[in-house]
Amino acid sequence: MAPYEEAKAGNRIEAGNEAEDAPSRGRKAARYAAPAVVIGLTVATIGLVPAFAGSGDPDLPKISAQELIEKIAASDVQQLSGTVKISTDLGLPDLGGLESGLLSGGLGGGSDDSGSAADPSAKLLELATGTHTVRVAVDGPDKQKLSLLEKAAEYSVIHNGDEVWAYDSASNEAYHATAPASESGKGEDKGEDKDRILPGDDASATPGQLAEEALKAVDDTTSVTVDGTAQVAGRDAYKLVITPKASGSTVGAISIAVDSKTGTPLKFTLTPASGGAAVVDVGFVDVDFGKPAASTFDFTPPKGTKVTEEGGTKASEDTDKAENKAGEDFAKDFDKEFGEDLKGLEGHEGAPDGLEDDGVKVIGEGWNSIAMFDSGMEGGVPSAESSPDAGAFGGFLDSFGDKASGDFGSGTVFKTRLINALMTDDGKLYVGAVTKDALVKAANAQQ
Amino acid sequence: MSQAEQAETEAAPPRTQKAPPRPNPLWTLSLFRSELAITFRRWRTLALLAVLAAVPIVVGIAVKIETSDGSSAAGGGPGGGGGGGGGPAFISQISNNGLFLVFTALAATLPFFLPMAIGVIAGDAIAGESSAGTLRYLLVAPAGRTRLLLTKYATTLTFCLVATLVVAISALTVGAFLFPLGDLMTISGTSISFAEGLGRALLIALVVAASLIGVAALGLFISTLTSSGIAAMATTVGLLITVQILDQIPQLSALQPYFFSHYWLSFADLMREPVYWDDLVKNLGIQALYAAVFGAAAWARFTTKDITA
Repeated sequence: MAPYEEAKAGNRIEAGNEAEDAPSRGRKAARYAAPAVVIGLTVATIGLVPAFAGSGDPDLPKISAQELIEKIAASDVQQLSGTVKISTDLGLPDLGGLESGLLSGGLGGGSDDSGSAADPSAKLLELATGTHTVRVAVDGPDKQKLSLLEKAAEYSVIHNGDEVWAYDSASNEAYHATAPASESGKGEDKGEDKDRILPGDDASATPGQLAEEALKAVDDTTSVTVDGTAQVAGRDAYKLVITPKASGSTVGAISIAVDSKTGTPLKFTLTPASGGAAVVDVGFVDVDFGKPAASTFDFTPPKGTKVTEEGGTKASEDTDKAENKAGEDFAKDFDKEFGEDLKGLEGHEGAPDGLEDDGVKVIGEGWNSIAMFDSGMEGGVPSAESSPDAGAFGGFLDSFGDKASGDFGSGTVFKTRLINALMTDDGKLYVGAVTKDALVKAANAQQ
Repeated sequence: MSQAEQAETEAAPPRTQKAPPRPNPLWTLSLFRSELAITFRRWRTLALLAVLAAVPIVVGIAVKIETSDGSSAAGGGPGGGGGGGGGPAFISQISNNGLFLVFTALAATLPFFLPMAIGVIAGDAIAGESSAGTLRYLLVAPAGRTRLLLTKYATTLTFCLVATLVVAISALTVGAFLFPLGDLMTISGTSISFAEGLGRALLIALVVAASLIGVAALGLFISTLTSSGIAAMATTVGLLITVQILDQIPQLSALQPYFFSHYWLSFADLMREPVYWDDLVKNLGIQALYAAVFGAAAWARFTTKDITA
């Protein structure tokens, strides 16, 4: 029959014959080599490509720390869009499903209206653990957008002119607020407010002066150096490393990668003194300094979307305040990418600044400052920095605490990889980014 | 009546006309065509497609009934703080725009219904012929084992595409029938026109179909291991379920990126503005990897095994 002849005549003949014959054992093994080779190649590719991609720091002219800070201060990047990866490992227990219950039941419990899934304050806590991908787009001081990418959903905060929208696509709910510059209590305009303040507003001082002052201000507590270069999001960057001089702080080093061309901070890494993985690692994975499309910032809730107006939550401003403080810390981290490190740094160093007016005493200075609360533990929100865990479920936390004792009596120490807190049995609370020993010492000194 | 006979009768005309020295590529095509015809004429295949088409209808009617009293689906639950924890992706938007039913239906069928259907077709591909006793006749025809395997795989992939499109078209029809259509909003909060939305829906359907390439290759490989069609189908579907369960266990997070189902839901990234490609690319890469590894393994097995039935 014709088909046979054809197949034999063709150059497929070998394969055909081979297949039809009972293959020898050796040939059989040879066939199985094919999938093995594919697997081998894949493993090699996965293993080797990152190794090659990571090598070779860019070759940039040497620069001093002061010059680099000048560069940051002089940066006038108004337009940018990109993707940011945020990894946080505070050493908190994995909140997992708890965090949503916590949000509606604990922190957000002030009023039922605040239960909107699109309420920005409800989302901040999610950033406290794990790895998240965030997209940012900035076009001048009036237009910003921040989107948290979730599984098959997205949470966006959009600031366009005097309107602020937050949209949660998973629940199809939106949150609307107007954005007067004076209103500072709301978590979502933190970044934007600062954005306005920073690069442009300090017109009185030149970047050079600013840098000098900033360095001088931190001189006795902190060392600031430029530690080589790195490649971040495909751009050449300098690495600015900030290390506390005194011991006792849990902060090992803060490293900021600064774009060599625009002076924009591209990556922020906080490594703990105890070593190990970074506590906070925020950095662009891709960045574009072009103008984002105008449509990016347009938001009109489609009909059927549940819109919560800002006014709905005003009644519970007090609880809001506590929440927003918790958020402030993270907002600060965000700020870093938006280009205002100096403020952020000072804020970090003097973290208790904002707390003083709440009847809080600050012990020590610089990195080792410890905030002391005397108000007693029942119901009190401990502090901005520890409230993601401590504020909401204090009783539950007892199971995580270690007992500590000293001249001050005895108490419980709650540890994370960055912030430690000591709650004494007589109701005093010491919180700081310091080691347990330093907390005990501070408590002893207070007796 | 085996495929071989059909293939030959169909292959005859072009050959008598041209009689080229090399194997006519049309020969492979006609084998492919007859395979397609046999696969899609089976009652089993039609029943699978009918089940797939029914999923969007059920989802659509359920959403319609739930929202007929004015409340919105999903988000309105007590507390609501967690944000639409229940239901497949996009379900809360369906009542505003019927096009979202396409996305919801694909998100609902992708984890289980679609791959299960593929598992049945792929598992049956070689083992089914074997257990029906038709495989040896197929091999009598001068197709060669390699080409027969390729044809079987191509048929399975065609079924992936058809099955996905059946879900998408059924969902679009039901969505247009029950809900309003119009401009829609991406999950990033920007608006796009209905035409662009349709384009994205088509793109999503293609990506979903491509997401099944890995399962198809796996099923084909298993199908070459046994001569029982039922065993091959059951093993493929069982593996599918196992992998889906393993994908939920946090302690295995180091392994999970290599599961064929790990990036399946990344098709939703096409609804972002701008589109977030990272996971989509990873998904397609994983599918290509599975196709290469299990395709090669299936080839190694099938071209060396003794055909006894």
